Amino acid sequence: MKYAYYPGCSGHGTSVEYEASTRAVCNALNMDLVEIEDWNCCGSTPAHSVSHELSAALSARNLLQAAKTGADCVISPCPSCSSNLKMARWRMQNAEFKAKTDELLDAPTPANADGGADLMETYSVLQAIVENVGVDAIARRVTYPLEGLKVVTYYGCLLSRPAKVAQFDDPENPVSLDNVMKALGAEVLPFALKTECCGAAMGIPDVNIPGSLSGRILDTARAVGAEAVITACPLCHMNLDLRQRQAARISGKAFFGLPVFYYTQMIAYAFGLSREAMRLDKLAVNPYPLLDKIAARREARMAEALKTAGAAS
Amino acid sequence: MNTIRLDKARDPAFKRQVEKESGQNLSLCYQCGNCTAGCPGAQVYDRQVSQIMRAVQLGLKEEALKNRSLWLCLSCSTCSARCPNDIDVAAVMETLRMMARREGWVQDRPIESFWKAFLDTVKYTGRSYELGVMADYMARTLRGWGNLEIAPMALRKNKMPFVPSVIHGREEVARIFKRYAEKRS
Amino acid sequence: MKIGVFVCHCGSNIEATVDTAAVARIALTYPDVVFAEDTMYTCSEPGQENIVQAIKKHGLDGVVVASCSPRMHEPTFRRTVERAGLNRYMFEMANIREHVSWIGRDREANTNKAAELVRLAVEKLRRDAPLYAKQFDVTKRVLVIGGGVAGIQAALDAADAGIGVVMVERESTIGGKMAKLDKTFPTIDCSSCVLAPKMVDVAQNPNITLYAHSEVESISGFVGNFTVKIRRRATYVDWDKCTGCGTCTEKCPTKNVPDAFNENISTCRAINIPFPQAIPKKATINPDYCRKIKEGKCGVCAKVCPTGAIVYDMADEIVEEKVGAVIAATGYDLMDWTVLKEYGGGTYPDVITSLQYERMMSASGPTAGHIHRPSDGMEPRNIVFIQCVGSRDCSIGRPYCSGFCCMYTAKQAIMTKDHLPDAEAYVFYMDIRAPGKMYDEFTRRAQEEYGVQYVRGRVSAIQPTVRPDGKVGYIVRGADTLLGKQVEVDADMVVLAVGVEGSHGAGHLAEILRISYDHFGFFMESHVKLRPVETNTAGVYLAGVCQGAKDIPASVAQGSAAAAKVMALFSKPKLENDPQISLVDIKRCVGCGKCIKVCPYQAIEEVDVRGAKKAHVIETVCQGCGLCTATCPQGAIQVAHFTDNQILAEVNALCQC
Repeated sequence: MKYAYYPGCSGHGTSVEYEASTRAVCNALNMDLVEIEDWNCCGSTPAHSVSHELSAALSARNLLQAAKTGADCVISPCPSCSSNLKMARWRMQNAEFKAKTDELLDAPTPANADGGADLMETYSVLQAIVENVGVDAIARRVTYPLEGLKVVTYYGCLLSRPAKVAQFDDPENPVSLDNVMKALGAEVLPFALKTECCGAAMGIPDVNIPGSLSGRILDTARAVGAEAVITACPLCHMNLDLRQRQAARISGKAFFGLPVFYYTQMIAYAFGLSREAMRLDKLAVNPYPLLDKIAARREARMAEALKTAGAAS
Repeated sequence: MNTIRLDKARDPAFKRQVEKESGQNLSLCYQCGNCTAGCPGAQVYDRQVSQIMRAVQLGLKEEALKNRSLWLCLSCSTCSARCPNDIDVAAVMETLRMMARREGWVQDRPIESFWKAFLDTVKYTGRSYELGVMADYMARTLRGWGNLEIAPMALRKNKMPFVPSVIHGREEVARIFKRYAEKRS
Repeated sequence: MKIGVFVCHCGSNIEATVDTAAVARIALTYPDVVFAEDTMYTCSEPGQENIVQAIKKHGLDGVVVASCSPRMHEPTFRRTVERAGLNRYMFEMANIREHVSWIGRDREANTNKAAELVRLAVEKLRRDAPLYAKQFDVTKRVLVIGGGVAGIQAALDAADAGIGVVMVERESTIGGKMAKLDKTFPTIDCSSCVLAPKMVDVAQNPNITLYAHSEVESISGFVGNFTVKIRRRATYVDWDKCTGCGTCTEKCPTKNVPDAFNENISTCRAINIPFPQAIPKKATINPDYCRKIKEGKCGVCAKVCPTGAIVYDMADEIVEEKVGAVIAATGYDLMDWTVLKEYGGGTYPDVITSLQYERMMSASGPTAGHIHRPSDGMEPRNIVFIQCVGSRDCSIGRPYCSGFCCMYTAKQAIMTKDHLPDAEAYVFYMDIRAPGKMYDEFTRRAQEEYGVQYVRGRVSAIQPTVRPDGKVGYIVRGADTLLGKQVEVDADMVVLAVGVEGSHGAGHLAEILRISYDHFGFFMESHVKLRPVETNTAGVYLAGVCQGAKDIPASVAQGSAAAAKVMALFSKPKLENDPQISLVDIKRCVGCGKCIKVCPYQAIEEVDVRGAKKAHVIETVCQGCGLCTATCPQGAIQVAHFTDNQILAEVNALCQC
């Protein structure tokens, strides 16, 4: 299947590891990604906080660019970008809104039969992987299972919300990431804070907001026995990983030392993809001791298996 | 705070306007408080979401619009997800923020400045650019020093490139902003 | 005598703090006890079967069960011993649950106390004698007191079952409060449209005798055989002749009579028919205002009456009716809200009760259904409804919820928007209590569809003010606790949802009926959950708000339930009395007559026994209350099953423990 790919701005900055691993994993899963040419920023939260039309216009330009790829749909690794692109399409189904948004664009968006805008649909990369490729295909491809790795999955706000626009997974207890992680051999622990807000971009004006919110998420993750947190959002990742020391300080806890992985990094690891496909070096919280532990568990199991096999022959 | 004269202070047109712009029926709200209960921003809000919803129900424009909470809203949509009456509360909050801005009632300059800095970056380059946004924001507000705490790590990991990514169609994007600014004024 | 003792675990209810096995062991040491054991659930089918088998196997002639309160299971176990061939009164119960296990945690002390209570029961049982009920005839007619919707329903259901009904209504028409209502929730159907057919049925049903403008004067007798004296208050109009044409009410020159049916928001003539659908539709003269009766001048009504029905010198009349059962359905009145001075205490003309507002909205009301405020006739723009006025307010001794105010306030707010679309309706409430079918949806509609402004909070005060245009306004100051603010409304009119209490005079009637009533004039049911229709006086039943606040559907349901109870009572050819009644020892009785004086049931009569005056108990009338026993200076009158000897034996046993 051919996908118009929208990397999102953070792929060039704070989430290069997400960008790299997403591309590598999609490639491994035979997903045909065509990057949207000369895509622009979707406007993120600031745009829709200021004006729905402005936000929709910025997204519409991308969706029009995407149409040129001849792909079936747009996918983006970033929940915020995919949410904005989805929301723009959803809002522009309304003819009145379309008209107002069109006024901001160089040329009006094409219209559909109902007078709304005829724009491409957008999915998160996660949704495309889970729904179009399937977790079974992922499980089949695994060469280095995540032996006994205890994780919690953290989805953030926007992967499955608002439900009427996201149309993906359960808005209160999403399980798509859980299923992916289980397919990789990890143990997914029950985690009540899957969709609790991490503080988003509020860290720029006030570090205390993500500090306390992310602190609570990390503290709970540690309390339930997680060895790592799995996420699918660059902003969440920044708050949980890059700001982890800050979060511990602000929420009055000892440093959590919890590695926070993008799920694509984990897939890449389990698939045995290259170092460049994972970019683990970009993580702020050192992931290597944990990965060594997984490797040791795997080796111990294989040695055991060999011994049993030897005894049997 | 002064007593509110309901028969005088109530502005039904305001409620209707919010309903129109947000696409939500505010009369459905029966004040269960679930939006406040799940709000991650509640700890820093000066007026809770349910109180803001209440103010809109009554048509109390200033009560609804003049508060910092509208700017502190994280747009996480938890309120909308938990609303037993399926009101998109987050959409109402966003609508109110836009209305407050139109009235010139921005209650949190720093956050407004952050958004402005972000959008300016998009306007000039077509993309957002974290270092630029941060520098612009800090320059505008002389705030945000808390972020310096994470700067060394971000720089060491090369997570914040010094050169912005500029797109070919940046002028096309700039025109979107230009038309938006013209329409607003 | 051979006595068997059964000590119940009641699951863990008793066993947790009482060693029931030990109690059974100790019981075996008591006189005449030949069998004792502990059982898990004595009241269960196997538990009862166990008693039956033990009676047969050990030849028991008396049984003690140590378990719960006799109010729970005494009838159960009496039937059990009867099944095994014993007389049902050869049974005693020791309450070791409510009196022991539930109130103390010390297992050893509890076990001792339980054993002592069993000992009392054994000693009483040793002195029990078989008792046998007497049968007596029943008058299969029922008295229904009150002609509101509950009484109407009870009367119609009983009459449909072929039971003769005597209905007594204090007002000159039946219909009660429901007849005053404009619309009913949650359907907004016209109240009189749904009630009027039932009222007509009452008038036309040959099994129903209606006494309107009448009151119950006295009741004597007992279940199955009551004698009722009814005072038919003078109407000064011969109702047999009156056709209800209304000419008199048009011509009467006295126009300043407060119109009670319209809740005194308007006036009527001294001769009046309350409303067009009145049943009976007959005129009544108010003697306090009639010039002819007061001053001997006038006589206009007599002149214009085409049938010559006016009788200025009519007097009250007492009639007597025989009935076998009584249904009290006397309804409610509003509490005296004028005690609330912060709301004007009844002095602000535009602060009215919801019943007054109901009359104002009714097409048959004084304003023909137009909403005009009383003071100046202005059509109000801002109307404030205040809920819980005199409800849930311990500060004025009203702790209870009046039940239906939330719903009718929603209805009135909706009707306000219906009558006056441009007006604003505000409802100050504490909680919205709408648990009935389609009720919550209804209150939501008031807000969602009709735009009624519900404000969560109480109103602290209503303060009249004069507006710049010279008109009077009412500053209603309250709180919006959801907003966390003090709020005010400058209202044109305020409607108070005033709490309800038992109908005026309910206490007096309760004393006539020998039933209990509470501080608020509500009659006491026999059991709040399981016997909500019965009273503790046999043959007296309750229907409608006289028992507690309830809405129309619940009142109608209870009216039907009361009728069903009467049908069940009358379904037997004869009734049986409870044989636990007083008996006179003729030899000891000196005929002093003190017992006759104290008996609240007129159950004792004076008889001549060979020339000597003696007391005699009418067995089917005596309720076994024991007042006579306590009064008799000779100890000549004893209540069977509770004789002095038995009680002394119990005291004796206790003192030996």
